[in-house]
Amino acid sequence: MSTTKPIKAVLVGNPNTGKTSLFNQLTGLNQKVGNYPGITIDKKIGFFKTKSEQEVKLIDLPGTYSLYPRSKDEEVVINILSNPLNVDYPDVVLVISDAINIRRNLLVFSQIKDLGIPTILIINMIDAFDKERADIDLKKLEENIGVKVVGTDARKGIGIADLRELIEPTTDGYEFQKSDYVSNQLEDGERHQLYTKAIGIKNTYLAWHWYVQKHLRNQLSDDKKTKLEDVEKHYPTEINQTICEEIAARYKAIDTVIDNCTVSAKKTESERSVKLDKIVLHNVFGYVSIAVVLLLVFQAIFSWSVGPMDWVDLQLSTLGSWIGKSYPDNFVTSLLSQGIIPGIAGVVIFIPQIALLFFFIALLEESGYMARVVFLMDKLLRPFGLNGKSVVPLISGFACAIPAIMSTRSIGNWKERLTTILVIPLMTCSARIPVYTILIALIVPRGFLFGIFSYQALSLMLMYLIGTVTSLIAAFWVKKMLPSSHESYLLMELPDYRMPRWQNVGLTIWEKTKAFIMGAGKIILAISVLLWLLSAFGPTDEYYHAETIVTAKYEGQNITENELNKRINSYRLEKSFIGAIGKTIEPAIKPLGYDWKVGIALITSFAAREVFVGTMATIYSLDDDGDQVETIKQKMNNDIDPATGKSRFNVASSISLLLFYAFAMQCLSTLAIVQRETKSWKWPLIQLVSMTGFAYLISYIAYQLLK
Amino acid sequence: MITLNQAKKGITYLINSIGDSSIQSKLMEMGIIEGKEIEITNVAPFGDPIIVRISGYKLILRRKEAQTIKITSI
Repeated sequence: MSTTKPIKAVLVGNPNTGKTSLFNQLTGLNQKVGNYPGITIDKKIGFFKTKSEQEVKLIDLPGTYSLYPRSKDEEVVINILSNPLNVDYPDVVLVISDAINIRRNLLVFSQIKDLGIPTILIINMIDAFDKERADIDLKKLEENIGVKVVGTDARKGIGIADLRELIEPTTDGYEFQKSDYVSNQLEDGERHQLYTKAIGIKNTYLAWHWYVQKHLRNQLSDDKKTKLEDVEKHYPTEINQTICEEIAARYKAIDTVIDNCTVSAKKTESERSVKLDKIVLHNVFGYVSIAVVLLLVFQAIFSWSVGPMDWVDLQLSTLGSWIGKSYPDNFVTSLLSQGIIPGIAGVVIFIPQIALLFFFIALLEESGYMARVVFLMDKLLRPFGLNGKSVVPLISGFACAIPAIMSTRSIGNWKERLTTILVIPLMTCSARIPVYTILIALIVPRGFLFGIFSYQALSLMLMYLIGTVTSLIAAFWVKKMLPSSHESYLLMELPDYRMPRWQNVGLTIWEKTKAFIMGAGKIILAISVLLWLLSAFGPTDEYYHAETIVTAKYEGQNITENELNKRINSYRLEKSFIGAIGKTIEPAIKPLGYDWKVGIALITSFAAREVFVGTMATIYSLDDDGDQVETIKQKMNNDIDPATGKSRFNVASSISLLLFYAFAMQCLSTLAIVQRETKSWKWPLIQLVSMTGFAYLISYIAYQLLK
Repeated sequence: MITLNQAKKGITYLINSIGDSSIQSKLMEMGIIEGKEIEITNVAPFGDPIIVRISGYKLILRRKEAQTIKITSI
């Protein structure tokens, strides 16, 4: 092996074995996130050096219990390990097992070993408590299974140096021994002869995987595929049975090995977990604690993030206006100060929310609490085609759909994850609040129900309710529409409670934030700049002569310069391309009760819903800052429709607009993040068309009934 | 012989067989193997899903899956 090329290694193991901790211990901050071709799973790659300065490229493969995958994530493992031509095919596989559940962990280890790739087994103590429970003689284990075994405590970094030493490029002397199962049971029979010959692979267990796992076959030539299909015709139904026999045989062999290596039989139960579960899984307290935790998460992304968000906003808008004032007034300056910098602000503004949400999600996952949430919520969410793990993303959707959609990663079942992603934007996010507040203030009188509950607050609560109910109904509908490749089932480990590892929490936050900026951030920036361009240019000369025209109009009237500037801006917006588009779509939105002014606001607020308020302020020539709700409300109230002689914003059009904002996909950042998470434009487009179409329909009905 | 679905909470049973289903091999991979001991430790507030203890660790599964697991009392 050449010393210039890095050693290729992969890390495989069951979930909850401390795999991520070990990966972080080995590679530190020296990691990046890449893509596997054609699928939506992140590929975590890290680099480190062995004692002799040989570089190792380590890929952290998705956690799995076996080489027979049950999700797209798990398919990655066999895809890489089955194909020596794959760029990621490893020189060495590191299989990690936790010190307590060795038997179950050894299943996937024994399968990988039979593929004939050099393997190292890592027995990891996840927690100090494990020392009391672990009862295995590692030396004996090494003799029994025939590969190097290293004990680690990934949390404290113990054993990491030993592991580095073992990865030294001494794999040449590796002797492959297939397990008894393969030589005694699998290699027996005519079918086996036929498919091994058809594929032309020497390793018989590898050939078996090529035979039974159809998704691997795309890599084969047509000739071989046909031959395999011929073999299949002769042996149609036995595959599942053979797999079950394999697993039973492997467990039997593992039991013999472990019984040999066990020092003493100790109690394996974690008393701490049992005690905590008495409360956490309680019929009443279980739900109370979920409510408290969700409230905390909601509170964090809803209000704790406001401070940092305002700070970011202030810094970038100060920078923007500084550039605008300090440099000559030309296209480049405006592009920078009004297009690009606000665009960047539109991306950066999400970072506090994303970081906070993933801080909590990492805590919930790391501590083992998330599995309890799944247990308690499964029955309630099942009718809607959602997973117990959908709860946290859905509730996060109340704050902001962007981090919420990113957090669906933890849902293993693709259909349930996609359903969650598709319905999250219907939850009432915080960007809708400014829009709701103004419209509600416009139509709902001040006053109190029973002297306590403000009518306006009740209306706002009703909007939240509408959003939540609609997203559940939508989930039910999506469940019916999406084809199901396999039956829904729930089979997951309930891990013991663990102290979260702060390094893992920190790295999760870092990774998610980076992924957002690099992925959705680019699209958000591009569309923000496009929207600015549309407002910075106009189709006619009137746009460019706005100043002269408006000044002439108000000549002789007693008007301050400030007032005049606001009128010029308002006129300019009306005559810009965006204004032109607003007027063009007016016939389409008139049946909903909106005029071209609302049309403009609908287009600009596509960047973010709350922009609606700012745009209405500009259109009505108001200050674009400070407490504007009352003044905008008055202006909107005084906007008389000449045709009817009444206010344009009557109860009918306001309710229509409220409903439109409740349902319409008015958020390009959400579309960008859905594109990133599903790796396809198909789903964001479906969301855009169905949500906005539905919003149009409902608003139309509401306006026509109420007007 | 009864199914895991009919088992009483807190009592240890012996796994007799795992019935043919689309997730038969998945159940086995998670350690639900003929001859091992199994016990229901928790039942969710609305009766479903359940938590079982097997070989010292715990698994969450639904009633529907539990129905395919045949057990005998010890």
